[in-house]
Amino acid sequence: MTGVQAVARSGVSIDGLRVMRGGRSVLEVTALHVPAGAQGAVVGPSGCGKTTLLAVLAGLLVPEAGRVRVADTDLAEVAARGNAALDRFRARTVGLVPQQPMLFGVLDVLDNLLAARHFAGLPPERDAALALLDRLGLAGLERRRPRELSRGQQQRVALARALVNRPALILADEPTANLDDANAAQALDVLSARAAEAGATLLVATHDARVCARFETVLALPARAAAGVPTRAP
Amino acid sequence: MSTARLLWAYLGARPLTTLLTVLLVALGVATTTIVTLVTNQAEERLVRDAAGIDLVVGAKGSPLQLVLAGVYHLDVPPGNVPLAALADLRGNRLVAQAIPLSLGDSFRGFRIVGTEPAFLDLHGARLALGERFVAPMQAVIGARVAAETGLAPGSRFVGSHGLAPGGPEHGDDPFTVVGVLAPTGGVIDRLVLTPLESVWLTHEGEPADEDERRMLEADREITLALVRYASPIAAATLPRAINASDRLQAASPAFESARLFRLAGVGLDGLRAFGVLLLATAALSVFVALFQALSDRRRELALMRLLGASPTRLFALLLGEGLVLTAIGIVFGTAIGHAAVEAAGRLLAGHGEWTLTGADFDTIELVYAAGALVLGGLAAAVPAWLAARTPLAGALADE
Repeated sequence: MTGVQAVARSGVSIDGLRVMRGGRSVLEVTALHVPAGAQGAVVGPSGCGKTTLLAVLAGLLVPEAGRVRVADTDLAEVAARGNAALDRFRARTVGLVPQQPMLFGVLDVLDNLLAARHFAGLPPERDAALALLDRLGLAGLERRRPRELSRGQQQRVALARALVNRPALILADEPTANLDDANAAQALDVLSARAAEAGATLLVATHDARVCARFETVLALPARAAAGVPTRAP
Repeated sequence: MSTARLLWAYLGARPLTTLLTVLLVALGVATTTIVTLVTNQAEERLVRDAAGIDLVVGAKGSPLQLVLAGVYHLDVPPGNVPLAALADLRGNRLVAQAIPLSLGDSFRGFRIVGTEPAFLDLHGARLALGERFVAPMQAVIGARVAAETGLAPGSRFVGSHGLAPGGPEHGDDPFTVVGVLAPTGGVIDRLVLTPLESVWLTHEGEPADEDERRMLEADREITLALVRYASPIAAATLPRAINASDRLQAASPAFESARLFRLAGVGLDGLRAFGVLLLATAALSVFVALFQALSDRRRELALMRLLGASPTRLFALLLGEGLVLTAIGIVFGTAIGHAAVEAAGRLLAGHGEWTLTGADFDTIELVYAAGALVLGGLAAAVPAWLAARTPLAGALADE
């Protein structure tokens, strides 16, 4: 922990966010504040705008209104510096765990991790990547292709990839979809533990009640996209 | 992990498509390479055989036939001209040198050429064995003649009438081999050279008395003369002057072989066009391969964007794939082209006239290679541009 991190920092900070699509508001969040290093969930039924919110936080989508800060950086300022700056910010500051593992099928596990460093313009750091795989229980699988792995292993590779650039914010989209109770619990344990270990803020988007129960900060997005209201205080 | 590694991984992931595309590029490049090498070497050969010969003077007829017969020894000559014509040429101050040739007989398909020792110097021929001919019925043979007939200095042989094998033999007038020439790679390799007098003696028979001898000698002819100009002015006036005469015609080997190439050139151009067509097909194959890749990899391209790759990066990746495919094809095609010409050269070495080698390089090959690369790049540019436009939002599964 450095001195800077000792000061209470903001992991995610949203005020008056509105995203429009086709002239219709698809996501509105009046306020969401998650301290750096905290873990929280964004819940709501399908179509409520969870993924849209993640896209905004990842800088994939520029909102029509509102202020969005990630790791003390105003995304609007980054976006103003151009798309390349936004790409770089996303690559280095945000680790995304997509709903589907989405790995490079032609690359082995280790290269899938190193690809994330490569596209972020970071040096490979092969040993660190191997150590990360080790911590995620993937030791010895670094030369396997994704199709040779089980679904659970693929998801852990996707998590490892999200962590490999040491991001300040980790966004997980429905990490427990299609998993039974035991596997869902294990996946969340790993996600939670590794995010905490990396000192990263974690936001999990889910419609799964099993997930909500685990997190202190929960943002509930209502169906039919209206204002998001925090149901529990941070 | 690097862009190159990713590129290789993608190429290797679709071996059949990669192989097919590389093969098409290689075939196109090989075809243009073969046409280029064969054309060059044939032209070079024609030019080399005609070196030092500005004009062929012989009987009236087709000038192309006269050149083919007199310079390349590929056709029958149009006829004979009186020996006096040679003296006239030699008396002309525009003529630096006139070498007479007398054709008509052959030995096992090799032409027996009555001439003068200057003919050996004209072709830069050196003796490998023996010495030059000094007396009638002595013969110096080319390297291929020696290799195929087994004749050596001291051997005796009988010529047959006509230029094709199997003509009636001149039974009672045997030639004696006095020299064997070193290989030159030129037309002289397959000629049997002998003094002019040998040809006359073979055909005249023994004169009965002195009057008949004078009559025979007065009727002596040569087939043609190879002329070298004394000055560039000769080119403007000499052929016209000769062609104005009743019995003689003059033909320029440079002009006639250029004409020959224009005639044969239609076929060569056709072959070259076929090569270019193959290259165009290859470019189409590059386009299809990458377009296919584009739809197969839509999610992975989006993932790259998600991981921070810029649109330019995605463009470069697909363009790079197209260029690498093309470049591999070019390398293989060039190798195949040169190997094919070399193989053809070795195959022909035992039989025909042409000497071909694959160890030859023309800068035009670089132009073809660059053209193929540009074509491959253009074919890759459209899919690459589409890849660069991969929407970012599609990276996350839409709700």
